[in-house]
Amino acid sequence: MSGTDIYHEMIVDYSRNPLNYGEIENHDVTFHDSNPLCGDSIDIDMKIDDNKVTDIKFHGKGCAICMACTSVLTEITKGKSLDDVRKIEKHDVLGELGLDHLQAVRIKCALLSLKVLKSALYTYIGSNLDAETDVDTLKTEAENLY
Amino acid sequence: MQSIETSFENLRNDFPILKRTVRDNKRLVYLDNASTTQKPNQVIDAITDYYRNHNANIHRAVYALAEESTEAYEGARDKIAKFVNIKNRQELIFVRGTTEAINLVAYAWGRPHINEGDIIVTTEYEHHSNIVPWQLLTQEKHAKLEYIGMNDDGQLNLDDLDKYLATGKVKLVTFSLMSNVLGTITDAEKIISKCKVAGVPTLIDGAQAVPHMKVDLDTLGCDFFAFSGHKMLAPTGIGVLWVRKSVLQTMNPFHGGGDMIREVHKYETTWNDLPYKFEAGTPSIADVIGFGAAIDYLTKIGMDNVRQHEIELTKYAIDEFSKVPGLHIYGTKDITKRGGVISFNFADVHPHDVAQIIDGEGIALRSGHHCAQVLMERLNVAATSRASFYIYNTKADVDALINSLHIVAKVFKL
Repeated sequence: MSGTDIYHEMIVDYSRNPLNYGEIENHDVTFHDSNPLCGDSIDIDMKIDDNKVTDIKFHGKGCAICMACTSVLTEITKGKSLDDVRKIEKHDVLGELGLDHLQAVRIKCALLSLKVLKSALYTYIGSNLDAETDVDTLKTEAENLY
Repeated sequence: MQSIETSFENLRNDFPILKRTVRDNKRLVYLDNASTTQKPNQVIDAITDYYRNHNANIHRAVYALAEESTEAYEGARDKIAKFVNIKNRQELIFVRGTTEAINLVAYAWGRPHINEGDIIVTTEYEHHSNIVPWQLLTQEKHAKLEYIGMNDDGQLNLDDLDKYLATGKVKLVTFSLMSNVLGTITDAEKIISKCKVAGVPTLIDGAQAVPHMKVDLDTLGCDFFAFSGHKMLAPTGIGVLWVRKSVLQTMNPFHGGGDMIREVHKYETTWNDLPYKFEAGTPSIADVIGFGAAIDYLTKIGMDNVRQHEIELTKYAIDEFSKVPGLHIYGTKDITKRGGVISFNFADVHPHDVAQIIDGEGIALRSGHHCAQVLMERLNVAATSRASFYIYNTKADVDALINSLHIVAKVFKL
């Protein structure tokens, strides 16, 4: 994919009017990361009740691809159980926006928010460990994210 | 005789890559010359000729190939010295590029000379390669790094320099001769004369300036000067550090190893003569020879003609950009104070999206922070788009860029 192919209506619209943009004041977890190559920068805040993501918001700067993917990702995540959030994969975001064949150099723009989301999730799980959580599985999962 | 414009048009034939097409059979419009330039046949041929016919290590062996190789390598040193008017070839050290040159100074000069409480002064529009080595050094030595600020027109506030010099603690002032983002040409003479009065040495990052304008190190009067080959038609991985001999003699070696020694014993070593003391190991021989061929090429054109060509092109581009609604150019519009680098933002469209869309039209434009995040913070932007010109660019390239921006405007409904 190159040139104008990827810039369809939905991407341009989300880049101007991103969904779930903002901050959650009394969040249960927040995480920040950036892309060293292009400077895209994303923060995700989540409110978690009963092992469910009851609210999620993001803020930061990024290109249209980054903003659109973060919009879609936060929309997918909202209301999901933590177990289901763990299962979210890159195709869930890319497929929704028709970006499965995005060129390598832009894929990092598209997946920055997924990296931030998963990091936020593991931060939360890590700080709220109960007896049932298998820490080794978590570690392996985190290491194999990308 | 050909007009200058026609001869610049003709020299495109020397660059094989400019004949290829990209994406959907689009003519390649290469506008990322501040990052790296394309190579003419003359440079490519010099490199292949070396490997096909002369390849041997330099300086040691007595056989024919080694003699040819050494002659070509040292001949390139002389060509480059002459090109920037370095009077003493012992002061010209080959390095991998500007980044390595500055790190060499930070290590081999900085470590023995910088102490706790000292100040190193740089500027807000430096490339990361003229910031990070000084951060590393000042952190290690508990010294301070200070910045000369810049006004909204992209010109340095030299009052800041006066303020720091007045402390009596400044041990080095380091700045780029041309900003890689704004194209601003630094008033080096003024900075150097202030520093000379204060007895402070100066380092100049010439990576963006040497490829585009006449630079005379003998009259400039700085103490360290660095530039890269690949931004001026030569291969990647080769660059130059020039250090005034009186300063060079106070420096420790950078890398230890072969070629930089005179005598090695079990527990002590004496150093080779300058510049070899700073050229440890087998250098990039073919690339140095390629650099020499690039110097021949540019010398033939004449650096005043190169500058004139880029002034005309930049002026044309700024005029055309000004007609595009929503397009904001950073830095001064005074053509005498800038080189052929134009950074801009287009309405609310992120530079990466601009670059991606126009890439579909065959246009190679840079987007991002251009290794100048301190400057991005100062401009209060995450990124910019950047077009940068060289000898083979034409007004048709500028027109192609402007036309492609209309596509961006359409996609983003501007």
